[in-house]
Amino acid sequence: MSGAASRRWRTGSQPLLWPALALAALLAINALFDHGFLVISWRAGHLSGSLVDVLNRAAPLALVASGMTLVIALRGIDISVGAVLAIAATVAALVINGSSAAAATGGGPHLAVALSAALAAAALCGLWNGLLVVGAGLQPIVATLVLMVAGRGAAQLLAGGQIITIYNASYADLGNGFLLGVPIAVVVAAAIVLLLAVTLRCTALDLFIRAIGCNPAAARNAGIRAGLITMSCYVFCALCAGCAGVLVSANVRSADASHAGELIELDAILAVTLGGTSLAGGHYSLAGTLIGALIIQTMTAMIYTLGVPPETNLVVKAAVVIAVMLLQSPHVRRGLRRLATRHVLGEGA
Amino acid sequence: MSAALPAAAPRGAPRLRLDARHVPLAVTVGLLLALLIVGGVRYPGFFTLQVMLNLLIDNAFLCIVATGMTFVILTGGIDLSVGAVAALTTMISAVLLRQHASPLLVIPLVLLLGALYGGVQGVLIERCRLQPFMVTLAGMFLARGLCYVISTESIVISAPFYAAVAQLRVPLLAQASLSVGALLALLVVGAGAWLAHASEFGRTVYAIGGSEASALLMGLPVRSTLVGVYALSGACAALGGVVITFDMQSGYGQHAAGLELDAIAAVVIGGTMLRGGTGYVLGSFVGVLILGVILTLITFDGTLNSWWTRIAIGALLLAFCLLQRLQGRGGRKETR
Amino acid sequence: MSQPCVLRARGLTQRYPGVLALDGVDLCLRAGEVHALMGQNGAGKSTLVRIITGASRPTAGVLELDGRRLQPESPAEARRMGISAVFQEVNLCPNLTVAENIMAGSYPRRGWHRGGGIDWSGLERSARTALDTLHLDIDPRRQLAHYSVAVQQMVAVARAIQVPARVLVLDEPTSSLDDEEVRQCFAVLRRLRESGLAILFITHFLEQVYELADRITVLRNGRQVGEFPAAELGRDALIAAMIGTDTRLAEVQQRRGAAAAAGSEATEPLLRARALGRRGRVHPVDVDVLAGEVLGVAGLLGAGRTELARMLAGLDQPDSGSITMGRAEVRFASPAKAIAHGVAYCPEERKTDGIVAELSVRENIVLALQARTGLWPRHGQRQQAALAMRFVTTLGIRCASVETPAGQLSGGNQQKLILARWLAIQPLLLILDEPTRGVDIAAKAELMNELTRLADAGMAIVFISAEIDEVVRVAGRILVMCDQRKVGELQGRCAVQDVFHMMAGRA
Repeated sequence: MSGAASRRWRTGSQPLLWPALALAALLAINALFDHGFLVISWRAGHLSGSLVDVLNRAAPLALVASGMTLVIALRGIDISVGAVLAIAATVAALVINGSSAAAATGGGPHLAVALSAALAAAALCGLWNGLLVVGAGLQPIVATLVLMVAGRGAAQLLAGGQIITIYNASYADLGNGFLLGVPIAVVVAAAIVLLLAVTLRCTALDLFIRAIGCNPAAARNAGIRAGLITMSCYVFCALCAGCAGVLVSANVRSADASHAGELIELDAILAVTLGGTSLAGGHYSLAGTLIGALIIQTMTAMIYTLGVPPETNLVVKAAVVIAVMLLQSPHVRRGLRRLATRHVLGEGA
Repeated sequence: MSAALPAAAPRGAPRLRLDARHVPLAVTVGLLLALLIVGGVRYPGFFTLQVMLNLLIDNAFLCIVATGMTFVILTGGIDLSVGAVAALTTMISAVLLRQHASPLLVIPLVLLLGALYGGVQGVLIERCRLQPFMVTLAGMFLARGLCYVISTESIVISAPFYAAVAQLRVPLLAQASLSVGALLALLVVGAGAWLAHASEFGRTVYAIGGSEASALLMGLPVRSTLVGVYALSGACAALGGVVITFDMQSGYGQHAAGLELDAIAAVVIGGTMLRGGTGYVLGSFVGVLILGVILTLITFDGTLNSWWTRIAIGALLLAFCLLQRLQGRGGRKETR
Repeated sequence: MSQPCVLRARGLTQRYPGVLALDGVDLCLRAGEVHALMGQNGAGKSTLVRIITGASRPTAGVLELDGRRLQPESPAEARRMGISAVFQEVNLCPNLTVAENIMAGSYPRRGWHRGGGIDWSGLERSARTALDTLHLDIDPRRQLAHYSVAVQQMVAVARAIQVPARVLVLDEPTSSLDDEEVRQCFAVLRRLRESGLAILFITHFLEQVYELADRITVLRNGRQVGEFPAAELGRDALIAAMIGTDTRLAEVQQRRGAAAAAGSEATEPLLRARALGRRGRVHPVDVDVLAGEVLGVAGLLGAGRTELARMLAGLDQPDSGSITMGRAEVRFASPAKAIAHGVAYCPEERKTDGIVAELSVRENIVLALQARTGLWPRHGQRQQAALAMRFVTTLGIRCASVETPAGQLSGGNQQKLILARWLAIQPLLLILDEPTRGVDIAAKAELMNELTRLADAGMAIVFISAEIDEVVRVAGRILVMCDQRKVGELQGRCAVQDVFHMMAGRA
């Protein structure tokens, strides 16, 4: 998925090494303070344990971050994923509830209808973003800022300002149930990410994305349909956010248009950069993104485990973001190389 | 080469000309007037002086923050940390005041802190060549986080100075008055406009937005100016936070949530292009007023819910961005 | 001449790792004279300009202003010393007014008693003065972007002389100007000449040189070929001085040329372009390309060859004219469309428009083929590697392995890489823009032999090069371009001199 082998050796390290080490370190710290942390047991017909919880909570973030990886690899960005998540959750909740009478009895439209509606809404959002970026030529951050601002308002409008409670049992299962002992959210996320990985590997998509991200002019001159591919990636990113919206609302059995997915775009960007994908485009790592999502979730868990006030979550995230940025910047690396004779280990990673 | 043009009659202040770059500003002002007229026609009691002044009073902090944001966006950057810095300012003020520090000490101190915070971000952006979006994003995380580390609960400010300032009303005409915050806002907007127009700093800001490479080649102090705009934005965010403490009489980590987006929206709607180089501080001021009018209209209506503001702001943002894009295309060359 | 030099360069040498950009160049700029500096790509013009304007320090040599030695540390310092420069890219801020652009950095101030800000009326006055010196009749209060590139150039000149200057260096000032704008630009330059300024004028337009310059210095491959009074140097001699002849191409097989082009192949052109033009880049041109021939396009730098090629290949859209393939008119709205019709283009700037440096050799070769196939099916890794190896051996691409990032290859090998990419899709028409630039002599011969082989096999090839002797060797028909116009065509075997004649306008 990443660049050629020789490039890796040139930078002196495997690109996944640092994120993996960071994750291992975080897990170790957790295990140190919570002796049962790494224990996975089988209880009441399903896997259970702190690690399972971490995976479960990381699933929506991993989904959103995977979609974000593609968009960032194309030199773009999508900060509307939080709003899209809220929209999808609201649409799903509205549809699955059907009429209030049906909702009370747990009847109403089939699960599939609700899911289709939610994903369709998400896809439309992605299409909107793609049209603005490719068609109108707006900067990606500007284009997706529009939806970020207006999207929540649209979701709130749909929801009538209420938090919609979901009564449908099978819907709630999506967020709370288990398939073969594994939380369904994890299964869904894993399935989609796997599908993406297979697509990248077995079609020319990986090649095209890297070509467009590294040198858009050369890619276009070689006959690659850059516009179509870029648009599709924005749609996919929004679809991922839509899936995440379904999972999140299923988990809490409600759709909160105002707060669902709040700040998830920032977490997603953080996960992507932690995983080694360059914000400048071209190089990306899906595996790295997954590790990044796990790092963020483990950090959150660690903060609880350590008994540190959860408020420090944000401060730690900020420190990590800054450290990653500084290390990723070629400017800074050149400066560091001039100062030191060996590579300096990054802090917080 | 074009023939000599007849000297354009100065309209209002001498710097205004009938140029293509004024179209967005003209549209903005026109939009404000249109909204005001719609309001005046639909709702009795809309067109009173106090309602108009309330636009300014209720959005004073946004005016101040948007002024600082204008400078950053003029250089082609962005500052996502302003809301968090404002909240942090309220927190630090509340904590210090709880320790019975004098307000005359607290207020200048937090302003200085805000400037320093922005300045550090500016150094990271300018010296290490990091992207403004990411650096200020981290700054936002950090500032909000520090708020919560200080206290998760809101801290009430009981200093009499603040209560007095909050009550103070500067009378204007019959029954109409301005708050201290509103006065500060007017001062800041005026000072910002002067800075942008009449100082080397301001002109360098515009030059950087036009072409950073050219500005460097022209020998302008690009590097110090880049750090300076972020410091200015930080100071404005801090001042906005001070105004919020007057309003809310408390320090709380959840104050000013979403302020950065509102500020960016106000700046864009005010005619400043996100790629930099074009725009006016007064335009951002008008942008803030537009946001205020929309909220007022919705409140007056009573039937529309407040989330229509979000949709309206998003739609306006889109419209102005497309307008800017069209202007940019109609202009000159293509890059690649 | 006996006049003393205002600016004198003696023995300027610039050595970069692996390349000698300048080798002992002398230059003498006199007051009240326009001195043209001419040469092909890589001749050393930009290096010389960089040294004079203080952007770089020479490895050896001396620079003197009015007899006093100087060594400017930066362009700003050079400007203070009296050497101002105006470059092809207008280095001004388009969003500021004309007046502000002229005076930026030296703003007049109001006294503190009046606010301490910028004195805008004073600024305007100073700007008007600068503009009046050049007899430029424009409103300094308007935004710079409002004016055409030509006017912006003149504003850049006004800024350059606003600080008193002795020497004015103009680097390709007329590249983006049309005829009318060039006339106006020259009017301004003549006035500056009369005021006693020493002007160094770098250009590649022959006509303009003869219209404006008093003296001409020609550089070739970093060396000075000579300094000539413009009145005494004929066009032929100038071209010959710039290009020279490289007779080391004996290894290249002589193309059978006329025999192959005429008669045996189809007389119906594969691609026919009529009145194809783009404002400011190329005047309308008629081109026919036949299958199985090598059509050479000869011309100096700036003749419009690349612009023509980009229009044929779908990278740029023409303002006028049409392209026909077979019987149907075609519009190449994008390179992908052109490729679908079998037209492939090897760009001149291979680093920025051609190779994707971070992708491997294998991926670069397979890129166009895969793009044409689409997302699926994906050519398997082994298939790709085999294809890549085939071209690596056939074309002699020197790389550690097919997985090496393309950015690590040398210029010549990168060129072969791009060629391999296009050969992989077996185009009907292959356009090569300066394929031999930066390529060593052995690789050149290999490339040109390969082209001959491809043409014999039926491919139509358009070969653009500034090296006229290469074009003459390999092409069966030559399209000659000069100053953005098609000047004529030469059929069959011809000599380098014939091309020179045609370019000089005396076919």
